[in-house]
Amino acid sequence: MTELERKQDRTPVPKEWAYAPAPEARDIVSLRERYGHFVGGGWLDPSESYTTISPATEEPLAEVGQATAEDVQAAVLAAREAFENGWSGISASERAKYLFRIARILQERSREFAVLETLNGGKPIKESRDVDLPLAAAHFFYYAGWADKLEYAFPNRRPRPVGVAGQIIPWNFPLLMLAWKIAPALAAGNTVVLKPAETTPLSALLFADVLRQAELPAGVVNIVTGDGRTGAAIVQAEGVDKIAFTGSTEVGKAIQRELAGTGKKLTLELGGKAANIIFDDAALDQAVEGIVNGIYFNQGHVCCAGSRLLVQESIYEPVVEKLKRRLTTLRVGDPLDKNTDVGAINSKEQLARIQELVASGEQEGAEIYQPPCRLPEKGYWFAPTVFTNVAQSYRIAQEEIFGPVLSILTFRTPEEAVEKANNTPYGLSAGVWTEKGSRILWMAERLRAGVVWANTYNRFDPSSPFGGYKESGFGREGGRHGLEPYLQFDGSE
Amino acid sequence: MKRLPVRKTYKLFIGGAFPRSESGRTYEAEGQNVARASRKDVRDAVRAARAALPKWAGMTAYNRGQVLYRLAEMIETRSSEFADLSSGREEVERTVDRVVWYAGWADKLAQVLGSSNPVSGPYFNFTVPEPTGVVAVLAPEEPPLLGLVSRLVPVLTGGNTVVAVASETHPLAAIELAEALATSDVPGGTVNLLTGHADELAPWLASHMDVNALDVTGADGAAADLERAAADNVKRIVRGEPDTQSPWDIASFLEFKTVWHPVGQ
Repeated sequence: MTELERKQDRTPVPKEWAYAPAPEARDIVSLRERYGHFVGGGWLDPSESYTTISPATEEPLAEVGQATAEDVQAAVLAAREAFENGWSGISASERAKYLFRIARILQERSREFAVLETLNGGKPIKESRDVDLPLAAAHFFYYAGWADKLEYAFPNRRPRPVGVAGQIIPWNFPLLMLAWKIAPALAAGNTVVLKPAETTPLSALLFADVLRQAELPAGVVNIVTGDGRTGAAIVQAEGVDKIAFTGSTEVGKAIQRELAGTGKKLTLELGGKAANIIFDDAALDQAVEGIVNGIYFNQGHVCCAGSRLLVQESIYEPVVEKLKRRLTTLRVGDPLDKNTDVGAINSKEQLARIQELVASGEQEGAEIYQPPCRLPEKGYWFAPTVFTNVAQSYRIAQEEIFGPVLSILTFRTPEEAVEKANNTPYGLSAGVWTEKGSRILWMAERLRAGVVWANTYNRFDPSSPFGGYKESGFGREGGRHGLEPYLQFDGSE
Repeated sequence: MKRLPVRKTYKLFIGGAFPRSESGRTYEAEGQNVARASRKDVRDAVRAARAALPKWAGMTAYNRGQVLYRLAEMIETRSSEFADLSSGREEVERTVDRVVWYAGWADKLAQVLGSSNPVSGPYFNFTVPEPTGVVAVLAPEEPPLLGLVSRLVPVLTGGNTVVAVASETHPLAAIELAEALATSDVPGGTVNLLTGHADELAPWLASHMDVNALDVTGADGAAADLERAAADNVKRIVRGEPDTQSPWDIASFLEFKTVWHPVGQ
């Protein structure tokens, strides 16, 4: 302990104090009472509907449609029609300009979208405002520029659009995942049928209004809402040429089975159980911030979350102590409050899954730590959680929890760290913290994961390819690589 | 007195050795008794391929290119044997040239397929291709040599190890190729060649949890079932052509890894 730290340690902390509430105004969002499906540039009345809520308060927000196979077919037909008669015919540079327009409108309306995203999904406003929205706009801006440069991205291959892309996205980054899907698809000249997640449909429905403002031709983007049945209908629909799915490994496998033998193109971005590896020479305070960002960012609802912390044995005690102290300063609560660090769990079902896995951790013998924090009475909440004394075989070290729950394991040598990190069917991401440059590259080479963050974590950028190894899926999103799934090419050289 | 020729026993090629099938069975193809591999042989071959992966994938790309070029030399020197076992000399020549073409790709892939990414922030960010891992190849029935090599060599070029099922009706070229591989510098286990009934072997490869990718080019008609089984561990599926050469055939068996590091003092 340094002199300063000793002093800080002795300084009495006031027993009861709190930040003044700093809620973001929600009147910037005006919701309709009910929404249909956005098909062919207009609204299709849903035959069935359900209520979408705010997970922070359980307050109903709007009625949205549960798309049937017929609704999906109508959307696919609209997309096909738009692809055949217009969209594939307009010049690539005009196509680019539509995407630039969308990016600009998202920037202009970013606060409205950020508030809506937080309302419907439960994530802290500072994340939706500072991460989701800027990145979503950046994705459209990035891919806009590719639309008329595809020949340079894929020389000698005569890149052509695939046709109609069916896209199914998750609830953890609703608008950002929409951008990851729609931007490259349109840049490549395809048309789209997109389904947002059952619990977070509203930002996608508001996005339909952005498309109206951008004057995107009718049918180029179609948005249908609903649960897994709607997703299955998209996967099975006649006339869909390509499926892009982000979500659980279980559903991803089911989709791959469903498409077996059809020849339809498929990309899957699935689950993860990333190792975040801390070596004894790492800058510890920075590493602790990286650990916190790795697992508590977006309540841990992140497929690439650093959910397994691998700490070198010699620094185990100080890391755990610093981490626990840091957890006591995390503010859990109203996601619309600008000071909130950890918001609401996205749904009742997800909360139940987290609770079940956490209970299994305690039962199997791991030691649980949660900082003292008052959770709101209404809504779905789970306190930031750390497990120590975790064995590799425990479910909390093997299964994706998709919540604010960290499992801590230890290692002695770099070889052991690699072996433990790779000992999972997943392979989406990994983190490495060390001051030794050659070790970073040595580790990065051996970690079987699509993204390796060294001395940082959970960074994303439209120019940076993202995607999994092994059971975390295949295909890349972002960068030049992210265009490829939406294009077809001439056979060989 | 006329000398009695010493005949060859046609065996499998697993882990750099030439075992008979564990099943003790053979089948007749091209007038010869050829080993009829079993599920156990499939498992042994996958284990050998997994064990060989660190060495082959860990080689420098330059070295891998040289080893593949050596393989081309080994095929060329056996030209007349291969000509007898394939459609003829032209097929052999095209095969050799194809291997040379791929050998030259080994140390160009990262530059052509990788990228340095201009992210909005103080980070150095780059993307590199890496081998997918263990790849199962169902070789097309025809052409017996060029078809197998066209599917096999791009997989090897990217640094993967392979379990390949030879053409069922024309397996002798594959066995000859195994002998060429054994006398080249391709490490044992990098390529494992099975002969037998494809419909007996392919399902076990498709569902094997330690196989990372499946090339179904040779799976006539059965591809849907195989692809369904392959979903158990999210295998990469490749539907290729029996006679192509393309860097994209290499890319189909690569993963892309992106690395981030902050830039600072």
